Amino acid sequence: MATAIHVDKLSKRYRIGAAQTKFKYGMLREVLMDVAMTPVRAFKAFSGQGMRGASSVAYIWALNDVSFDVQEGEVLGIIGRNGAGKSTLLKVLSRVTEPTKGTVTVRGRVGSLLEVGTGFHPELTGRENIYLNGAILGMKRREIESKFDEIVAFSEVEQFIDTPVKRYSSGMYLRLAFAVAAHLEPEILVVDEVLAVGDAEFQKKCLGKMGDVAQQGRTVLFVSHNMSAILRLTQEAIVIEKGQLVKRAPTSEAVDYYLSAGHAEAGERLWESDEVPLNAAPFVPVSLRVKDQHGKTVDTIRSTEPITLEFEYRLSAPTTGLRVGFYLSTMRGEFIMTSFDTDEPEQFEKFSARQTGRYVSRCVLPADMFNEGRYALGVNASSFGVRRYFMDENALAFNVDISGAPGTHWPEPRVGPIRPRLEWKIEKMD
Amino acid sequence: MAKSIELVRQPETIYIKPSTGLTALNLRDLWIYRELVYFMIWRDIKVRYKQTMLGAAWAIIQPVLTMLVFNFIFGSVAKVPTDGIPYPIFSYTALLPWGLFSAALNNASRSLTTNTNMVTKIYFPRLVLPLASVLGGLVDFAIAFLLLIAMMIYYRVTPTAAIWTLPLFILLSIISALGVALWLAAINVQYRDVNYVLPFLTQFWLFLTPVAYSAKVISAKWQIAYSLNPMAGVVNGFRWALLGTNTGPGLYMAVSVVISLIFLVSGLFYFRSMERTFADTI
Repeated sequence: MATAIHVDKLSKRYRIGAAQTKFKYGMLREVLMDVAMTPVRAFKAFSGQGMRGASSVAYIWALNDVSFDVQEGEVLGIIGRNGAGKSTLLKVLSRVTEPTKGTVTVRGRVGSLLEVGTGFHPELTGRENIYLNGAILGMKRREIESKFDEIVAFSEVEQFIDTPVKRYSSGMYLRLAFAVAAHLEPEILVVDEVLAVGDAEFQKKCLGKMGDVAQQGRTVLFVSHNMSAILRLTQEAIVIEKGQLVKRAPTSEAVDYYLSAGHAEAGERLWESDEVPLNAAPFVPVSLRVKDQHGKTVDTIRSTEPITLEFEYRLSAPTTGLRVGFYLSTMRGEFIMTSFDTDEPEQFEKFSARQTGRYVSRCVLPADMFNEGRYALGVNASSFGVRRYFMDENALAFNVDISGAPGTHWPEPRVGPIRPRLEWKIEKMD
Repeated sequence: MAKSIELVRQPETIYIKPSTGLTALNLRDLWIYRELVYFMIWRDIKVRYKQTMLGAAWAIIQPVLTMLVFNFIFGSVAKVPTDGIPYPIFSYTALLPWGLFSAALNNASRSLTTNTNMVTKIYFPRLVLPLASVLGGLVDFAIAFLLLIAMMIYYRVTPTAAIWTLPLFILLSIISALGVALWLAAINVQYRDVNYVLPFLTQFWLFLTPVAYSAKVISAKWQIAYSLNPMAGVVNGFRWALLGTNTGPGLYMAVSVVISLIFLVSGLFYFRSMERTFADTI
């Protein structure tokens, strides 16, 4: 079988400005001086002087010496934490950005579902957007015409096809966008996180479509945080960590490696400053802990005890509308719950505006709630409808031990992520 | 059997590597994506006057309002010489190509930053964006041109035999706009100062172009310097072909053409060499 993608010592460097540390004392004089010097700097930058020697410029290697091959018809999973370099890899493969070093040889047209709906215009109708988006994704007009009905049927928005998409619900919008992208027929398909769209029914349909693509013998690169989807759709996977390829193995082995590596820092996750994306400011995550009822940080917790989740963070500027919360999901990527610290209206009134400083948002999950297994804890800090400061759906994992839980006198595994202690009543009816 | 048929259509091999030095223009890629140019133009036109009350009439209203202002200031108050042509048609003939040029320059210079989403998510030759913005202005130009025809009938002005040269002048104004816009669009990706420079540049350029006045007021020794502005050549050409004023294109015109070609070619190379960092810096 021929090689579809050959990645050879690929590296990508990004320049990051040291903007935050620029003014040491925050003095107006410094700021004014800086403003006054701006044209001079701009001129120097233009003429190519100065910049190179400046020590204030820092670099990060988003990809560092990555090499791998993908055979034609192979479906390869790509696993890694947020910021590990997965998206950069896909961007290089789909030619959105150039590598700094190394080469990639790609045989065939690359279709990317990096973000569905790119180029959609709210004022245009569904029909018009199908044509426009198809062209943006590299389809010929003939191709779009011949697949038009299929796309519309797949998207389930037949009735509204001549309505401007700005009147669509977000679900309809995403369905239409995915439908166009899914009908692209490239030799190599790059998929990133699109399965987070739509309801469960539609997600199933999308996964089915991806499975079809793979069966037609086309090459697929699949990135997702949804471990069950990765396990289902791919036979082999690579794990990327801090820009480096750390493992390539059959998917189940790679998933195990990913889940056990890095995550299990004994019930605690600390954020180094280089792990926090620059655009998270003013929000700075510090630590995340799982604690038992005695306040001890633990990796494994008994299901019969309440569980305390603690998220410590800093705000480098006053922030309004902020909510900080947790996601809880199974290791297979199914979400169990989402909760925010200002979910109660009174709480929101009190804490939606927070001053600069250090904070802890803490909550207690009641005892007798979870079933045996390993769970992923995610964090989110956002202002609803305004912006998302920071999110990591897979920040920390912990185990739940069920000794003493209801029903454990029967030595059998129970299905489902929760195992609540319910008050059963048995009545004799006659 | 089906397999062997598949093999006949060998997929194309793409090499991705860091590019260095002067980047090839790769106009072939642009040709492959010509349908995208068409669709981007179509989108811009479809969307331009959406949710406006007057719709495409704005394509006429804008130059007409400018003409009325010019007519009052330069025609009635300052009484600018117009070679015996009624001032309204004298200025409107020039406002047409000027409107095409300034809209093309402004839209194309902003085309990358207004389509950031596309640039950071999807591969396509980035030249598509400024090119589509420039060509999209032709529709407005065509609509506004209808009024010129009506005015010529009203003022009983017959176009000269040189009217066939009109497309060439239109082409020259497009090339001039594209050449400058390629530079500005590429710079705009990193330095948004371009957004603030554009209104002044456009206004300044308008004064340097004989739109409100006749090129004849420029003294002979300045004519050659004046023709460094390609739009001066375009506007003169329009008046020459339609109204029969001015002398035909000569040496000055050649200077204009050369200047705009220099901008176009250098702009293309600059744009291409900056293109590799667009997705990272935008």
